[in-house]
Amino acid sequence: MTTATFRIWRGDRTSGALRDYTTEITDGMVVLDAVHQIQAAQAPDLAVRWNCKAGRCGSCSAEVNGMPRLMCMTRLADLPLERPVTVEPMKAFPPIRDLVTDVSWNYRVKTTIAPFTPRPPDAPDGTWRMDQGDVDRAMEFRKCIECFLCQDVCHVLREHHLHDGFVGPRFLVHAAALEMHPLDVADRREALRTTHGIGYCNITKCCTTVCPEHITITDNAIIPLKERVADRAYDPIRALLRVVGLGD
Amino acid sequence: MSGGGGSGGSLEAIEHDVLVIGAGGAGLRAAIAASAAGVSVGVVCKSLLGKAHTVMAEGGVAAALANVDDRDSWKVHFADTMRGGQYLNDPRMAELHAREAPDRVRELEAWGALFDRTKDGRILQRNFGGHAYPRLAHVGDRTGLEMIRTLQDHGIHQGITFHMECTVTRLLTDGGRVVGAFGYERERGRFRVYRAGAVVLATGGIGRAYRITSNSWEYTGDGLALAYDAGAELVDMEFLQFHPTGMVWPPSVRGILVTEGVRGEGGVLLNKEGRRFMFDDIPPAYQNQTADSEDEGWRYTQGDKAARRPPELLTRDHVARCINREIKAGRGSPHGGVFLDIAWIRQRMKNAPEHIRRKLPGMYHQFMELAGVDITAEPMEVGPTTHYMMGGIRVDAETQMSTVPGLYAAGECAAGLHGANRLGGNSLSDLLVFGKRAGDHAAQFARGQGKARSVSAAQVDAASRAALAPFDRTASDGTNPYQVQQTLQEMMQDLVGIVRTRQEMERALEGLAALRAREARVAATGNRDYNPGWHTALDLASLLTVSEAVTRSALARTESRGAHFRDDFPAKDEAQGRVRHVVKRGPDGAMLLERIPVTPPSAELQRIIEEQR
Repeated sequence: MTTATFRIWRGDRTSGALRDYTTEITDGMVVLDAVHQIQAAQAPDLAVRWNCKAGRCGSCSAEVNGMPRLMCMTRLADLPLERPVTVEPMKAFPPIRDLVTDVSWNYRVKTTIAPFTPRPPDAPDGTWRMDQGDVDRAMEFRKCIECFLCQDVCHVLREHHLHDGFVGPRFLVHAAALEMHPLDVADRREALRTTHGIGYCNITKCCTTVCPEHITITDNAIIPLKERVADRAYDPIRALLRVVGLGD
Repeated sequence: MSGGGGSGGSLEAIEHDVLVIGAGGAGLRAAIAASAAGVSVGVVCKSLLGKAHTVMAEGGVAAALANVDDRDSWKVHFADTMRGGQYLNDPRMAELHAREAPDRVRELEAWGALFDRTKDGRILQRNFGGHAYPRLAHVGDRTGLEMIRTLQDHGIHQGITFHMECTVTRLLTDGGRVVGAFGYERERGRFRVYRAGAVVLATGGIGRAYRITSNSWEYTGDGLALAYDAGAELVDMEFLQFHPTGMVWPPSVRGILVTEGVRGEGGVLLNKEGRRFMFDDIPPAYQNQTADSEDEGWRYTQGDKAARRPPELLTRDHVARCINREIKAGRGSPHGGVFLDIAWIRQRMKNAPEHIRRKLPGMYHQFMELAGVDITAEPMEVGPTTHYMMGGIRVDAETQMSTVPGLYAAGECAAGLHGANRLGGNSLSDLLVFGKRAGDHAAQFARGQGKARSVSAAQVDAASRAALAPFDRTASDGTNPYQVQQTLQEMMQDLVGIVRTRQEMERALEGLAALRAREARVAATGNRDYNPGWHTALDLASLLTVSEAVTRSALARTESRGAHFRDDFPAKDEAQGRVRHVVKRGPDGAMLLERIPVTPPSAELQRIIEEQR
């Protein structure tokens, strides 16, 4: 029987500590399996979120050996098991209990982003025509499973706690999905510049590194949005046109 | 009071005109409809928003848009659904579903959903088992995510209140009418009383009653058990769909879904001898529609309208049984499945690996990361997995109201559309069509009830006491809830699985009685803050109720039909094909089983069925 030790953060809103659990490991196991085994046999009240166990729902986000990961997609075979595997909750959000954190801020932030607003239908039957290429462009951002690992790793939120002034990479990706949606006609540029705080992002690309869906968050979503925002706000010719009442 | 702490002072009262329980596709669609009708709406869900099982739906949503093949129409979709369900379906539900699905899909597009496109820019549709024409609107193999996110992102701007991470343990009734619900929120374990003019159940399936399942922890049959406890009827409970292709290796991912879209894109099933065994057994009802040769099957998957479908695209019940047969006969793959090969299409097309990654990105990713298998180069190992409950709460076809006034149900927890077997893609259209209908009618009902909603203090007290009972037992004298759940899962898998016999099911009933006794002794340790041991203990009651309903209904059906296969009665029995099984709570608290006649189709619908034979 092969075993491994998992050093899991146990605690509540106010305090907590790492605790070691040793459990049997088998072929192909992922970190979430180990957590479940420990829960079933040793720590029935060990709190953890999970749903699909296939990397599609984005519930089981945690920090495994210090790296933001989905526990269901982190295979034990890829970890050094000669020393304990640390499993901790995401640090950018307030702890609730054990591996569960309070991510409700994310749900509030989303409501502040202007919703999808389509152009009038293209055909008399109320439908639209879209090119597959245009659809593909927005598709990358729509793969997002809202695991919030990008929010967890973003230093603007994690280190500087600027939750009030910055929506974080997840919602810049959301804004990009809407802005690049072939049918959408809403303009989110001013809000991105001001309330959503896109300027706080200084392109360290940590979010792209941890994204389990491999969305190129910084290069494909945030930088193009920054360019659109800059075009609108800082282009001198556009500014002039706005002054004389001709621009957007 | 023990470690659980008292209930005094921790009871929160919340009021909505319509309370929706469940936030998958059906629940969200119902909430949006009710909200549009101008009533106040609350949604309660066990997980965070957007995590429900709808997210796992891969292949697509079935709707006769006729964008790819203009021979398609609601009539063909209706007839396909009835044939797939072996004519046990409620014909009016199947008609409404087929007629309304196209509008529901187009509406999603107006809310921001992006589907793959045809060359002329319309919604693209793909082939799926049992559908005569390419009918499934899709986005690669992540259609469910696209749908739930669209409904979620639209729903959060409609004035709906979301109560995330809350579990309802009991419906509250007043004079036979449902007036609310009792439950707890996970974060601090506080109790909540929801008063409502109408309640919509949209709690999904029961997969957690089985060891090998594609379902997550949430699918403990809560909605079915809540309805049953409130006096509603459950119907068709013997019809549980085993999806033919779940992952089988490594052990930790056993059961995770492998989309039928793999076969729709040309994937073939092989046994260890390399034989395409699906050609060996083609049911008579499908003989005329099935390809004669491998070449014809391939041409069908590539859009040749003159070709017939390959046998891999027969209905799920049949494919699952054929796979089971190969495994039992010792012709399976090394880890107890069979091979599903999409990599072979390299022989037929240039850029096959790129094509596979584009059409099936989720599958590529899932096998690469969880099993270390590159599906563009090697076959997958797959086997049947518990996937979908065709049966459930008996509802009115038009309104989705259950047999209890004020209580509605939609999506997987409701029954009627799918009969003895569901066609792939019909679940996503089901939840849109009937989610909307349930929301519309629940809003109307709630409005008619006015605001006087009296909730019985005695019912609330009884519900709180039951919820706290696991804390009154200590770990040393009580039972571990995870062990009870695991024992149940093993037993249902072994005794009431894909192939059933009377002896085994009778043993299962004895086992269920024993598990009920153990359930009454389960203990929760720790306190009420986000305590999964306690939550697991409370979910057991629902699991046991639905397991008993499945077993009793399956015992009563002494024939094989659709997803229900009896080794001791392997043939269809015409007389039983005209009967459905209903279970409800008897006056003494024991489960009662009754037979009801199948609803005959109207003359017009019967004509359509005959035309499409």
